[in-house]
Amino acid sequence: MRGWRFFVPLGLFSLFVGIAGYQLTQPREEFVESAMIGQPMPQFAMRAAVPDRPGVSLADLKDGKPKLVNIFASWCVPCAAEAPQLAALEARGATIVGIAIRDRPEDVAAFLQRYGNPYTRIGADDVSELQLAIGSSGVPETFVVDGNGIIRFQHIGDIRENQVDMILEKLREAGA
Amino acid sequence: MIAELGLAALWMAAALAALQLVSGVLAARSDNLEIAATVRPAAVMQGVLCAFSFAMLVWLFARTDLSVKLVAANSHSLKPMIYKLAGSWGNHEGSMLLWVTVMGAAGGLIALLERRLPERTMQATLATQGFVALGFYAFLLFSSNPFERLPMPAVEGNGLNPLLQDIGLAFHPPTLYLGYVGLSVAFSFAVGALVTRAVTPDFARAMRPWVLGAWIFLTVGITAGSYWAYYELGWGGWWFWDPVENASLMPWLAATALLHSVSVLAARDALRAWTIMLGVVAFSMSMVGTFLVRSGILTSVHAFAVDPERGTFILVLLAIYIGGALAVFGLRAGTISEGERFALVSREGALVVNNVLLSAILGVVLLGTLYPLLTEAFGVRVSVGPPYFDPVGALFVVPMLLVMAAGPFLRWRRDRVGRVQKPLILAGVVAIAAFVAAIASGIGVLPILGLALGAGLAVASVLPLRGRNLRRLPLATWGMVIAHLGIALSLLGMASDSAYSLEKLAAVAVGDVTGVGPWQIQLAAVEPVSGPNWTALEANLLASYRGGEPITLAPQARSFWQPVQETTESALATRWNGQLYAVLGKAAEGGRWQVRLWWKPFVTLIWLGGMMIALGGLLALLGRLRDDLRRRTVQRKAAERRADRAELTA
Repeated sequence: MRGWRFFVPLGLFSLFVGIAGYQLTQPREEFVESAMIGQPMPQFAMRAAVPDRPGVSLADLKDGKPKLVNIFASWCVPCAAEAPQLAALEARGATIVGIAIRDRPEDVAAFLQRYGNPYTRIGADDVSELQLAIGSSGVPETFVVDGNGIIRFQHIGDIRENQVDMILEKLREAGA
Repeated sequence: MIAELGLAALWMAAALAALQLVSGVLAARSDNLEIAATVRPAAVMQGVLCAFSFAMLVWLFARTDLSVKLVAANSHSLKPMIYKLAGSWGNHEGSMLLWVTVMGAAGGLIALLERRLPERTMQATLATQGFVALGFYAFLLFSSNPFERLPMPAVEGNGLNPLLQDIGLAFHPPTLYLGYVGLSVAFSFAVGALVTRAVTPDFARAMRPWVLGAWIFLTVGITAGSYWAYYELGWGGWWFWDPVENASLMPWLAATALLHSVSVLAARDALRAWTIMLGVVAFSMSMVGTFLVRSGILTSVHAFAVDPERGTFILVLLAIYIGGALAVFGLRAGTISEGERFALVSREGALVVNNVLLSAILGVVLLGTLYPLLTEAFGVRVSVGPPYFDPVGALFVVPMLLVMAAGPFLRWRRDRVGRVQKPLILAGVVAIAAFVAAIASGIGVLPILGLALGAGLAVASVLPLRGRNLRRLPLATWGMVIAHLGIALSLLGMASDSAYSLEKLAAVAVGDVTGVGPWQIQLAAVEPVSGPNWTALEANLLASYRGGEPITLAPQARSFWQPVQETTESALATRWNGQLYAVLGKAAEGGRWQVRLWWKPFVTLIWLGGMMIALGGLLALLGRLRDDLRRRTVQRKAAERRADRAELTA
C-alpha cells in the first residue's frame, strides 16, 4: 500500500501519547533529584550565621559521620513549618548543619529563637554560592551527606511529618 | 454577580461552540441551507460571549474581589493596577480562559471576514474550530473554573509571583497566546480543506494571513520573553533550552516552515499534502507545549501548575484533536494529489529543502525536550541542555542558513545554479572573511560559524534588492528581505555574545572602582528604596566607557513581602556596540558588596533581529491584505459594471 507513509505522523504521535500517558499514571516522584547525588561537596568555608554556633567548611562535613545539611532562611515561610520536623530529627540523633541563605545575623537569631535551633553549625551563604553549587534551587532543602562529604540524598521543599522516618533511613544508609 | 455572569457567559459560549460543531458538520454533509446559515452567526456569538466572560474575569481582578478563589490566590489589594489586570491571565485558569477567548475571537473573525473559501470548506473549518474550542471549554468548566467562589472571602490575596511583576511579562503571555491560538485557525483550515478535499491555491491564500499573524505574535512573544529572562532573572543569559522556552520555539519552527510552504501552495499549487501536514503539526506543537508545561510531567525553572489531573485532561484533548487530525490526514492525504511539479534547483526546491531542515530542527528540539521523559520511563533521570541542543541543532541550522541565503535568488519552477552565482559568491566571500577574522580572534567553533554565516546571510539577504525599483517592490518582498536580515542580525548577536562576553564578580566597598572590558565602574552608594509592594537595596554605579563621561546605573536587590520572594533587578547600559549588565548581590564581609558585571558586545542584535523578523512578517501581512483589498474592489467594480450593462440592455 502506497499510502502507508501518510500514517507515519499518526504512529509517532501515538507513541508520544503512550509514553506521556504512562508517565502521567506513574506516581509522581515529588522530589527532583539533583545531578549532584553521588558527587562530593564542593570546597567551601562560610562564616557563622549567628554568634552562638560555629560556621561551616567542607572539613566539618568530612569528619566520618553522616549529616543532614539543611538549607534555610529566616524569610522563608515553609522553613518555619519545617522546624518541628527538624527538632524531631535532632531528638532522634541526627546531626544537622544549617546553611542560612541571603540572611542577616539578627534575623537568623530571631528565627531560631522563635522556632528552635536544631543546628550544630550554621554557615552564612550570602550570595547563594554553595546553594547553587550543590544543585539546590530553593529553600528549604535538605541534603544527606555521608562521612566523606559525598552527597547521598536531596530532599526538596519542607520535610513533612510523615517523611521524618524516611530521612532517618537515608541518613542511616549514608552511614553504612 | 460579576463572577456568575462570567460563568454563565462561558457556559453559553460552550453551548454555541457545540452548535457550531454540529451545524457545521451537518451543513458540510447536506445541502440544507437553513442549517448552513447558522454556522457563521454561532461562531460570531461564541466569540462575543467568550470575550464577555474574559472581561468579567479582568473586572474581578481590577476590583480585587477576594471572594473569588482565583483572585485571592493570585492578586493582592496593594498591587499596582497594571499587575492586577495582568494577574487575570498570569495563572493557569485565567490563561486558559484567555486561550479560548482568543480562539473564539479568531473563529468569529473568520466567520465575518473570510469569503474566499468554498462554502463547504468554510463550514468544515468552523466546525473544527468549534470542536477544538469545545474541548477547552470543557477543560475550563469541569477542571479549572476561573470563577469559583470561596466559601468565605479571603482577608487578603496571595499576590502574584514577583518575577511576573514586570511590564514585559505582563504582556508576554497574551502575545504568545495570540500566536499559539492563531495556529489553531491554521489547524482548522487544514482539517476543513482535508475533509472537503479542497486543498487549492485559494485555500492557501485564505490561510496565509492567519499563519502570518500567528507567526508575528509568536516571534514577538519569543523575542520579548527572551529579553525578559535576560534582564529580570539576573543571570546574564538569554536562552536556557528550558522546556517552557522550547514550548514556544517548537510551534514557531513549525509555523515558519508552514509560512513558506503555504506560499508555495498559493503561488505554484505545489506541496499540498505537506502544507496540510504542517498546518496540523504547528498547532499540535502549541498543544504539546502547553501539555508539557501544565502537566508537571517535565521539571522546568518556570513550571506552571503542577497537576497530573489537568495533565491527563490536556493529554486526552491532544489525543482527540491531533490524533483525529493525523488519522484524517493518513486517510485523505493520498487523495489530494501533489499538484505542480518543479525542479530541485528552483524557488520551490529551495523552500522544500528549507522546510525539511526546519522540520529537522523541530525534531531535534522536540527530541531533546522529550528525552528526559523517555529515559524516565526506564528509571533514568537526565537533563538535556546546551551540550546537546547547540551542536546537534547547528548540524541542521548551518545548511538551513545556506539554503536561506540562496533561495531568494532562485526563480520559480526551474533555474540554473549558474544564473545566481554572483551574489552567492559575494555572500560567500563575506562569510569567509568573517570566518578568518573570527578564527584570528581565537573563539569557539560555534561562535565562529555563527559570525561567518551571520555576516554572509546579512549580505545575501539584502542583495535581492539590487537592481530592482525599490518603490515598486511588493511589500511581501520587503518583508522577506527584512525578516531574513533579522535572522542574520540575531545570529550575529548570539555568536558575538557567546564569543566576546566578559564577566566579572567583584566584592567592592562604597567608593571602590572595578572594571569589566572597556568599562570602569565605581560603586558610589548603596541605599534602601521602596516600591508599592516591595523594598529594595539599590546600588548607585558610575560606569564610564573607556574613561568617558560616566553614566549612572541602579541595579536593585528587591524583597517582595506578598508572597515573600527576592528578585534581582539588573541595570543595563546600552551602547551601539553592546550592553553593560550589572547585578547587585548581597553584602559581603567588611562592608563590601557583591557586584556582578558583564560586558556583552553586540548582544542587543539578538532582540533587534527578533523585532526585524516580526516586522518583516508584518510588512508581508500588510502587503497581502492590501492586494486582497484591491482584488475585491476590482471584482466589485466589475460586478457593478456588469449590472449596469445588464440594466441598459434590458
